[in-house]
Amino acid sequence: MSAQAPAGAPPETRGSVSPRFRLRIFPVWSWLWYFLGALYFILPLYATLDFSLRMERGVLGLKAYGVAFADRGFLQSFGYSVWLAVVTIIVSILLVVPTAYWIRLRLPQARRIVEFITLLPFVIPAIILVFGFIRIYSSPIGIPFTDVQLLAPLTTSKLGTNALIVAGYVVLGLPYMYRSVDTGMRTVDVRTLTEAAQSLGANWATIMTRVILPNVRTALLSGALLTFAIVVGEVVLASYLGLPTFGPYLFLLGQHRAYEPAALTFTTFLLTWAAMGIIQLVTGGQGQVAGAH
Amino acid sequence: MAFLSIQHASKNYGSAVAVEDFNLEIEKGELVSFLGPSGCGKTTTLRMVAGFEVPSSGKIELSGVDITSRPPNQRNVGMVFQAYALFPNMTVADNVGFGLKVANKPTADIRRRTDEMLTLIRMPQLGDRYPYQLSGGQQQRVALARALAIQPSVLLLDEPLSALDAKIRVELRSEIRRIQQQLGITTIYVTHDQEEALSISDRIVVMSAGRMEQVGTPFEIYNFPKTAFAASFVGTLNQLRCTVVDADQAKLAFDGQTFTAAAPIRAAKGASVVAALRPEELHIGRFDGENQLTGTVEAVTFLGGIVRIRLALGESRITLDALNERRLTLPKVGETQTVSFPPHACWVMVES
Repeated sequence: MSAQAPAGAPPETRGSVSPRFRLRIFPVWSWLWYFLGALYFILPLYATLDFSLRMERGVLGLKAYGVAFADRGFLQSFGYSVWLAVVTIIVSILLVVPTAYWIRLRLPQARRIVEFITLLPFVIPAIILVFGFIRIYSSPIGIPFTDVQLLAPLTTSKLGTNALIVAGYVVLGLPYMYRSVDTGMRTVDVRTLTEAAQSLGANWATIMTRVILPNVRTALLSGALLTFAIVVGEVVLASYLGLPTFGPYLFLLGQHRAYEPAALTFTTFLLTWAAMGIIQLVTGGQGQVAGAH
Repeated sequence: MAFLSIQHASKNYGSAVAVEDFNLEIEKGELVSFLGPSGCGKTTTLRMVAGFEVPSSGKIELSGVDITSRPPNQRNVGMVFQAYALFPNMTVADNVGFGLKVANKPTADIRRRTDEMLTLIRMPQLGDRYPYQLSGGQQQRVALARALAIQPSVLLLDEPLSALDAKIRVELRSEIRRIQQQLGITTIYVTHDQEEALSISDRIVVMSAGRMEQVGTPFEIYNFPKTAFAASFVGTLNQLRCTVVDADQAKLAFDGQTFTAAAPIRAAKGASVVAALRPEELHIGRFDGENQLTGTVEAVTFLGGIVRIRLALGESRITLDALNERRLTLPKVGETQTVSFPPHACWVMVES
């Protein structure tokens, strides 16, 4: 290689340094920043873990975990949050998949508006969302200047409050779910696939179930798991709507106890990582397929 | 009555006209190419036949039945896309069998038909592969097999070879023609590649700016173009701006030299017309009974099978193609050379 480089040419730019030599240069700065970044995340985590193991004086043990898990409040609130997360994920998929699909297929001009809407949760804090909810849905909704009532107050019934919090969670998860699904659809060119399926005689239901959904499965899963993580850790919406979810439980526990909240925090962290691991596993298996397109 | 009939089809997007008054009758078993530059409306016309676009006006009939507003999944039309559009989550065999599965055919029938199709495209052993494990050429073969598996009334190919490299393109186009003739399937082939259109079509529709310029066999389109666009888009063409010297005798003056065209010219003496000549009809040297023009050699390009020579005549340029031979002496740049051509090789395009 170096023999072909014109005389006098700067070696770095003319490729006279062999690639093997270049690989051997240790990227000191990259590793330093990587190390500092890792430390930033790992240190507090380590401190939490360490603290959670010291419930018994002078011994490292899992007592805090035992106590935390034994509390019925933990299982109840965690189970409730998981249930809300599942409902939220189903509602999100039903809302986002057809929307993203239709925008790709027929309404590309609506993309900017929808992207803007999906980003709103980043600029409007959850506290504003929940106050809005309470303001609007705690009194009956009717047609102005008439006595006609369209909707009973939602905050006075359990079903209504559950519906409200799920709606709120759908909004909070929207940026993640929409982006995941939209990116998934971009990588498989849904428009042409839809037309190919149509020309082969498929109707909309067949196209959705046999062509579109299987090809955005990975994207759906990552959107779903991110939504799951948000719902399980959410505090503001649940507190103000007065629902006994995991977030407020952990918050309350933190005010009365020392070691158990640390144990539960570490546990939820592990659960989130397990969720990420599942994403990795699934996308790893499909990586080649996606890469081929 | 024609098998597929497109009658006065137009398509507008707001004020933009994509296709204007398209009329074509296609016989059963015929392969017709739509040829033109991008944006000429060829794909839009194809998509109207497929049902992906609804004509703004006009009618499309298949076997005498009006299918203009029938949805694409009820037309029994096979379509092959430029981007292959194979379903990434399915194997080759599942892709090919998809249409039959959708139609609820028995599993044994689907398997038999899939095997038949894979044999037809000469890939019988690759049914278990996934699309990402295939090359572009193989993927497009599978897409063809998938479109044919449903035994469509019409096969539509939308620039099927554009994404492939040159060698595969040539191979696959003769493969497509072989399969089309073997099955006797009525086919519309959209392309911007004139060589592709000339080599595989029974008839070609040359299109420009949403309009049909000319319909004819490849031989007619190439040798007897009816419009200036058709003449210049298909093949290389010398266009010489001449002055009419004698319209009845077809005598023209160009760069101070006179020559004779094929037929009497429908223009007055002294009028400015364009004389057209294909490069392969010109030869270096003086030949008796032929027209002669003299100019300076400006470029000599060796292309393998042919040698392309460009001559400067005043402000104009003439290109000629000579067949390569080992004993050929190539003219040198800057030399003065005379080129000859028979009067019948030259036709006159009167500007509209």
